[in-house]
Amino acid sequence: MRTSTTARAGQYAALLAYLVFLAFPFLWLISTAFKPARELGSLHPTWIPRDPTLDNFRQAFDEQPLLQAALNSLAAALGAAVIAVLVATPMAYVMARRRGRLGRAVTGWVVVSQAFPFVLLIIPLFLVLKNLGLINSVPGLVMVYVVWSLPFALWMLTGYVRAVPAELEEAAAVDGAGRLRTLVSVTAPLLAPGIVATALFAFITAWNEFFFALILLKTPERQTLPVILTHFIGAEGVADLGPLAAAAFLATLPSLVIFALIQRRITGGMLAGAVKS
Amino acid sequence: MTLVTESRKPARPAPGSGPGRRAPDHGAWFLVLPALIPILVLSVGPLLYGILLAFTDAQSGRTEPTRWIGTLNFQDLLHDTLFWESFRIGLVWAAGVTVPQFLLALGLALLLNQNLRLRWLARALAIIPWAMPEVVVGVMWRLVYNTDAGILNETLRDLGLGGGHDWLSGLGTALPAVIVVGVWAGMPQTTVALLAGLQNTPRELHEAAAVDGAGAWRRFRTVTWPALRPIALSITALNLIWNFNSFALVYVLTNGGPGGRTRLPMLFAYEEAFRYGQFGYAAAMGCVMVAVISIVLAVFLAGRLRSGSTGGDEA
Repeated sequence: MRTSTTARAGQYAALLAYLVFLAFPFLWLISTAFKPARELGSLHPTWIPRDPTLDNFRQAFDEQPLLQAALNSLAAALGAAVIAVLVATPMAYVMARRRGRLGRAVTGWVVVSQAFPFVLLIIPLFLVLKNLGLINSVPGLVMVYVVWSLPFALWMLTGYVRAVPAELEEAAAVDGAGRLRTLVSVTAPLLAPGIVATALFAFITAWNEFFFALILLKTPERQTLPVILTHFIGAEGVADLGPLAAAAFLATLPSLVIFALIQRRITGGMLAGAVKS
Repeated sequence: MTLVTESRKPARPAPGSGPGRRAPDHGAWFLVLPALIPILVLSVGPLLYGILLAFTDAQSGRTEPTRWIGTLNFQDLLHDTLFWESFRIGLVWAAGVTVPQFLLALGLALLLNQNLRLRWLARALAIIPWAMPEVVVGVMWRLVYNTDAGILNETLRDLGLGGGHDWLSGLGTALPAVIVVGVWAGMPQTTVALLAGLQNTPRELHEAAAVDGAGAWRRFRTVTWPALRPIALSITALNLIWNFNSFALVYVLTNGGPGGRTRLPMLFAYEEAFRYGQFGYAAAMGCVMVAVISIVLAVFLAGRLRSGSTGGDEA
């Protein structure tokens, strides 16, 4: 369709405004992370640090147990992602291949569970996990994360399974392959990219999660990165800006890298599960 | 919800149909259980337990047994002006974030659907708010809003518009300031969902309308919007829920301050439960929040059904 030049110019101006709005806070975070303390204390901050330094990063590691927190985050996110995919894939397969009452019930649950405020969920979970001795432990957190990421994992995986033509499985069955054999050697390879994308998405979700971690992890040596980050902000709301920015920047990198890798698949998966099936 | 459109493929013969069909049914249960058990034990169960807790005087670290107290928590809640103030703030926040979020996302989606250069850059940048931990989003905007070292005040100073605003602790500015952050953080998901809807609109219809001399606005209203509506409504309903239940952003930005001006219901309930240990009372708050969300959604979706017969509801 032809569009007039003025309309085009307007579109580019609008797009530019969006780009600025989306990008500037992140650029400012990076800029702050590399500024020496004396520059942060002065009025008239600049976009490009006048005197760039890595001091903030060193100081961030000195002030808080960042490395331990990163390891905790990694354990929680990895555990949640692997388990979530392991339990969700078979169920998604059933939901995609046969539309029974169960499938509808689970789909309904996926939608309804979105509406419940987490307080209503976390108080009983807290009591249950406390009785099991799983408060202040990463395995306890992993259990919560698995359930928490199941709705979206089921959603995406169901879409991916539907994209694998059932005819292929039928053909394998005709050729005399057993059901398990068909799943392992026909369906699984075609599903693998979708499974990986779902696992990575669950990984990011758990890596970023804050609310459950704040409540379930009590001592600094068990806490995950998002919780540790809030320790940089003092009781009075006064923060040591430089180290805070440096730590926040580092904590974001894994999410950004992974998300950049799987973004197309995520949006594709959302569509496959949703819009057109 | 419309996002859950069941496919309407013609029924196809199930694999191994015929007498051998019984066996796979047991297999199906075996496949379903690993996910079903955690859902029942760690999601359905706790929710029911949580609702029951709302009718008890459960407290943390108490030695006496918990008792049933009927609707006492709800009666107390009725007179708890602080809670209702927090509730009002929650509704302002949810609406204040969801509406601009939708409009901005729609604008961006329409732009990205055009054949513009730099589209890839916008798509790449839109990842940032989506992928970031909410805590980092909060931290980042604290740096932007910072009174002295923040870029916002510095830009205002450069433009000669004053400066030295204490955005996050000013009584009048705190809520609008956190709402801006909420909009920023939630825009990408909405954009992606709307973009998906746009790419499903029939291109031929668009061209036919253009040939008939329909202007951009008319084309949007008669061709694009009807096709986009189901997705727009679903994502808005979800956004409304998510925003009303949000916690981390505001916890990091203001922790509910100044003077409770940004104390969302989730923050209120969190403090009640985990600072003061009033589990039963906090659970009652959770129940009230669910009830109100359900009502809002019912009204929203009923409105959708009433005017839903304009066509194009087929996603």
